[in-house]
Amino acid sequence: MRERPLSPHLQIYKPQITSILSILHRATGVALATGLTILCWGLWAMSKGASSYECFQWFIHSPIGILMLLGWAWALCYHLLNGIRHLFWDMGYGFNMTVVNASGWVVIVFSFLLAGFFILPVIF
Amino acid sequence: MKSCCNKKHEEIRSPLGKARGLGSSKSGFAHWWSQRITALALIPLSIWLLINIQYMFATSHVQATTWLGQPMNAVGVILFIWLSFYHALLGIEVVIQDYVPKKSSKTIGLLFARFFFVLLGFMSAYAVLQTNFGVDNISFVLDDMHDFPISSK
Repeated sequence: MRERPLSPHLQIYKPQITSILSILHRATGVALATGLTILCWGLWAMSKGASSYECFQWFIHSPIGILMLLGWAWALCYHLLNGIRHLFWDMGYGFNMTVVNASGWVVIVFSFLLAGFFILPVIF
Repeated sequence: MKSCCNKKHEEIRSPLGKARGLGSSKSGFAHWWSQRITALALIPLSIWLLINIQYMFATSHVQATTWLGQPMNAVGVILFIWLSFYHALLGIEVVIQDYVPKKSSKTIGLLFARFFFVLLGFMSAYAVLQTNFGVDNISFVLDDMHDFPISSK
């Protein structure tokens, strides 16, 4: 069979706030789904007693743990805020391009603010 | 109806009946809708969890279990676990359906995702219950049971 023409893929397009945020929504979703494993571990360690909980605490406060915690907090805040944006689209609101761009920037800025606000007290 | 349909059973079926189940969305709508419902419920729950994360994973075991020992906190965490694992499974399923081209790998991936999230969700919920009604409380009950003649033959 003759080679069929392919539609242009991701790398062809110029990055735009709409596409980047859409990709990030999926990426943070997958990351958060994976991160649920750590939540499960934390709850499990808590139920097993003080020594297992200390092991979990040690991991959370190790450099990798802190990095993961920061990443988790930002991913959750981003996915939460952008999810609200998606729910408004599902109801049929906010499709105007100026609104789409503006809400996108609001999501970016507030995801960092919220994440910092909630997670910094845990680390320090 | 036109007289084109000679067979009687074809005339009996209404156009709606014929169309039903023929579209691209067979059970897809329920999946899509569940994803939105869980998303909506997870908005307040996630904010609540973020506010409380410093108590939940507090540095000392006593502090953490005291927090989780509050009835409404335990209920909130179990609700969060249930909805977030469900929401995560729905999302991962869509990702697998989109990016895994081979049918056999896709089916295996979907099965694995389902088993994985159900297992992890039940483990997490069990852990919360264990912290609240766990070993200490049960040994307490067992001590009481020694007083019953039935336990000592």
